[in-house]
Amino acid sequence: MKGAVLPLGLVLAWQGTATVFGLQSDTLSDPLQVLAALAAGLGDASILRATVQTVGAAAAGLMLGAGLGAVTGLVCGLLPVLSRLLRLLIEVLRPVPAVAMIPIALLVFGFGARLEISVVGFACFFPMLILTETAVRGLHPLGRDVARMLRLSLPQRVVKMVLPAILPRLFVALRLCAGIALIVAVTVEISSNPMGLGYRLMLAGQSMRPADMFATLLWIGLLGWGLNLALVRAEHWLFATGARA
Amino acid sequence: MPAQILKVAPRPQPVTAAPLIRFAGVGLSFGRTEILRGIDLEIAAGEFVSVIGPSGCGKTTLLRLLAGLQKPSAGQVSMAGRPLRGPAPDIAVVFQDYANALLPWRTAAGNVALALEARGVPRPERAARIAELLQMVGLGAHAERFPAQMSGGMQQRLQIARCLAQDPSVLLMDEPFGALDAMTRHKLQDELRGIVRRTGVTAFFVTHDLEEAIYLGDRVIALAPHPGRIAHSFPVTLPPQRDQLSTREDPAFLALRRALFDFIQEASA
Repeated sequence: MKGAVLPLGLVLAWQGTATVFGLQSDTLSDPLQVLAALAAGLGDASILRATVQTVGAAAAGLMLGAGLGAVTGLVCGLLPVLSRLLRLLIEVLRPVPAVAMIPIALLVFGFGARLEISVVGFACFFPMLILTETAVRGLHPLGRDVARMLRLSLPQRVVKMVLPAILPRLFVALRLCAGIALIVAVTVEISSNPMGLGYRLMLAGQSMRPADMFATLLWIGLLGWGLNLALVRAEHWLFATGARA
Repeated sequence: MPAQILKVAPRPQPVTAAPLIRFAGVGLSFGRTEILRGIDLEIAAGEFVSVIGPSGCGKTTLLRLLAGLQKPSAGQVSMAGRPLRGPAPDIAVVFQDYANALLPWRTAAGNVALALEARGVPRPERAARIAELLQMVGLGAHAERFPAQMSGGMQQRLQIARCLAQDPSVLLMDEPFGALDAMTRHKLQDELRGIVRRTGVTAFFVTHDLEEAIYLGDRVIALAPHPGRIAHSFPVTLPPQRDQLSTREDPAFLALRRALFDFIQEASA
């Protein structure tokens, strides 16, 4: 509750200033107008359609990028030889900002969902790979001896010993990547892709509708907050009250 | 003085029965560092062999060679006449670090099941075997507990149960009771002796506790360091029925303890 005092106070001060001085601006808007624009956007479902496009592309890109990243990270963690072979390639590609891939992706896929999914996938791949590989490497070496003495096959060892052990860390990595996915999806829409919330935000700004712009911004903020909250809740539910009691 | 007589006991004791395990001229080096040299050792089926030595003498490495977790760089380790190449199905290892050897997300029953799953025991047959094994180590009433809900002693019993699920003919133990308090350790020593006698398993027990080595063993192997090699093999002449109080007061026990103590003092000097 205390955390709400500052933002609410600022919003009230903003509204007060705007009302007292009679704000007239192409770049700013007052909170009531923003809320009205948000209500209108929800009312005609335009903001919801944009949300479905953005979240859909972000989720698809997340599944693709984080999925491939997790598998690659797992294999690299188990086979140090492969990890050393891939290291240079990964270290060169990893620092490339995902948005720098937009021109290439645009040439390959053109505008649309596939453009966005590919760039989001690229952005999610590397953090997931590195976090998964580190998680596998961080496992206690005794586990390997136990698996060898019990004569578990490699697939048995992965399914019965490695995956359950790294699952909590894998989920944290997924949560991190979900945040990245949303950021990158909106960025792709703002910079080039004519769809989703980012495009809506851009359009509102360019056509001098600050209330609509702020409403979209507020909505993106709420979306990100809600997404993180949902994932944190899921994490608690899965790992805090489950088998690790 | 009996200690003196024991000290001159000849090294590698001839074993009367055909040996189950045989180390022939086994050595191990990592680069230029020599860990073990010229290990010749025969262990009879059903024998309980304790291994002692100052820290860094290669006790654990010797165990890892027998487990097949480590390949010798010289000589050969063989079991039942066949050279050992990697972990064998009927050799099980009880590790000291039970917390990391068990799976924390599985119950006691689930941890024992892991060994049965690895052997491909069909699901319907598992439950009865798990119950039997947990009963044997005194965890019959705790099948549904997770390792984190168990004491150290219980967790180590659980690991022993999982090893027995392999139906091993050889049970290797690497300071299994080293992290436990004295009372729990004594209790587990007695239970271990009981289990070994009932199952007829051959036991190879590494410890730094001299009394534990004597109390449990039929024979105590003493390793000397730099490089690790067998310095002495002390037969334990105590009766098979042992008791925490009277056995530890037995003159033969005390004499052997003295001999081992002198050896350790000398070897680590």
